[in-house]
Amino acid sequence: MVNKNIDQSRRRFLTTAATVVGGVGAVAAAVPFVSNMNPSAKTKAIGAPVEVDISKLEPGDRMIEKWQGKPVWILRRTGEMLKDISSLNDKVSDPTSDNSAQPDYAKNEFRAREDEFLVVIGICTHLGCSPNFVMKEEGDSIDADWKGGFFCPCHGSRFDLAGRVFKGVPAPSNLVIPPYKFISSTRLLIGDDSEAV
Amino acid sequence: MAKPIKTLVNGLYNLRDWVDSRFPLMKIWNEHLAQYYCPKNFNFWYFFGSLALLVLVIQILTGIWLTMNYKPSAEEAFASVEYIMRDVNWGWLIRYMHSTGASAFFIVIYLHMFRALLYGSYKKPRELLWLSGMAIYLVLMGEAFFGYLLPWGQMSYWGAQVIISLFGALPIIGDDLSLWIRGDFVVSDVTLNRFFSLHVIAFPLLILGLVGFHILALHEVGSNNPDGVEIKQNKNAEGIPLDGIPFHPYYTVKDIVGAAVFLIFFFAVVFFMPEMKVPGTQGLFLESANFIQANSLQTPEHIAPVWYFTPFYAILRAVPSQLGGVIAMGLAVNLFLLLPWLDRSAVKSFRYRGRNYRIALSLFVISFLFLGWLGLQVVTPFYTWMARFFSVVYFSFFFLMPFYTASDKDKTVPDRVTT
Repeated sequence: MVNKNIDQSRRRFLTTAATVVGGVGAVAAAVPFVSNMNPSAKTKAIGAPVEVDISKLEPGDRMIEKWQGKPVWILRRTGEMLKDISSLNDKVSDPTSDNSAQPDYAKNEFRAREDEFLVVIGICTHLGCSPNFVMKEEGDSIDADWKGGFFCPCHGSRFDLAGRVFKGVPAPSNLVIPPYKFISSTRLLIGDDSEAV
Repeated sequence: MAKPIKTLVNGLYNLRDWVDSRFPLMKIWNEHLAQYYCPKNFNFWYFFGSLALLVLVIQILTGIWLTMNYKPSAEEAFASVEYIMRDVNWGWLIRYMHSTGASAFFIVIYLHMFRALLYGSYKKPRELLWLSGMAIYLVLMGEAFFGYLLPWGQMSYWGAQVIISLFGALPIIGDDLSLWIRGDFVVSDVTLNRFFSLHVIAFPLLILGLVGFHILALHEVGSNNPDGVEIKQNKNAEGIPLDGIPFHPYYTVKDIVGAAVFLIFFFAVVFFMPEMKVPGTQGLFLESANFIQANSLQTPEHIAPVWYFTPFYAILRAVPSQLGGVIAMGLAVNLFLLLPWLDRSAVKSFRYRGRNYRIALSLFVISFLFLGWLGLQVVTPFYTWMARFFSVVYFSFFFLMPFYTASDKDKTVPDRVTT
């Protein structure tokens, strides 16, 4: 074989063209496989709002509801609890919830539509465990000055009774407040806060 | 020899030659077994490569049989595991072999890796061998993680929730990435179904491919040994290493003895303590919380990963920042990849290394074990500070390695292996 007879530039062009077209094809072929693993239409459709009856919830108690597969806590706070929350502003890392997720109507001191009721997603903002509700009297092992709140058993993050994260724990932000609204004084709708009822 | 036997033996030889002229049968046999020369001074630490292969075989076999009765759906998974345990013939044995095999795999792999640290087996020319071994280790971590979700107990569920959330902590892509891994907004039936697929087909195929690569790479460069001497530098007239003996029959026999002893311990665990409920733990191999079905509303009081992840988990918890903890944990696992280039010493085996490396390696092993223990404990401020201390020791082993190995007072390495 004599080298002179080979059209090198033509060969190079064909190799480059084949590589480029093949590469584009490989990337295009990857699209359906990658996309296949994202939530399906059915998965996305589940997650309708949940209606909750809070008439039997006593002051100081908490109930757990499931919305979009996640635990949502409803805590009926007493006046003393609210006072304790206000006293913790120096100890929490985001007291005014500027770097946390909540609807606008819950971006206030008690992170709620009505001060008495805390509605919050019970998933730690650190790595997704569900913290435990620890009452004021039970919290000696966490902090001698424990005023009641939530303690995550996984990595030790702590939150006050407004779901605000304490300083010096791994969770980066306050617990997330879901969209919600009161349908009546004893009924709550979680997952929908549209004004038109 | 009696005539019929002679005929049979000749027939078998003829069959072998028939195959051999169509497939490189004897070539493979010789290259990898009968004429693969290993250093003659292998010791206890050289059992764990072949034992890892044995455990892999156990996991594949028991896994195939478990798949015959397991149902990968959130509705049925937990009950199907109990069905295997109670109603399927010998189901309990096969399931306990598989769950014990998972822990045994990590014990064997950690000892196999420690051997490399002792004798410098990651050093030139074995960098690719080390990297492929690390790849197996990383894929094995994924395989174990996927498998742990399948019984759909409380630990399965919340362990998966935490580990997937680790990816969610990454900036920018985090949320989309964890959503893509789960296939749902929370760990759910969708997640379980895909983890089953990855656990029984994708990752086992990856592991088999990587193990093939690892063995081919080993047989290309040849085995290291406790003296860290390259036996290929001293060959006889036929080109056979003077300190080498063929793998078969010498080391096949040795490894069979090792396998027998290993299986005695393995089945002692399978039969008498499959949960490995050591006092002070929730069960090291099977955690008690995992005998309760997954509940997405309630995290168990005490949550800890299975023992083989706890050193890294302790490092994650020690860092008081979400992203920082995830990065530290990722580094702690992956820093091993850099060992061939962090180590500046010309000497491989710790037998001929100076004091620096011996002290550093001892401190590293102590910190690894302590972190592993701390990762099992409930968080307290004192334990957190301990975890921080040992994390610093752990990382110092890697980050200071270029300095303490370069300045180490190494001894003279002999030309030939010693024992």
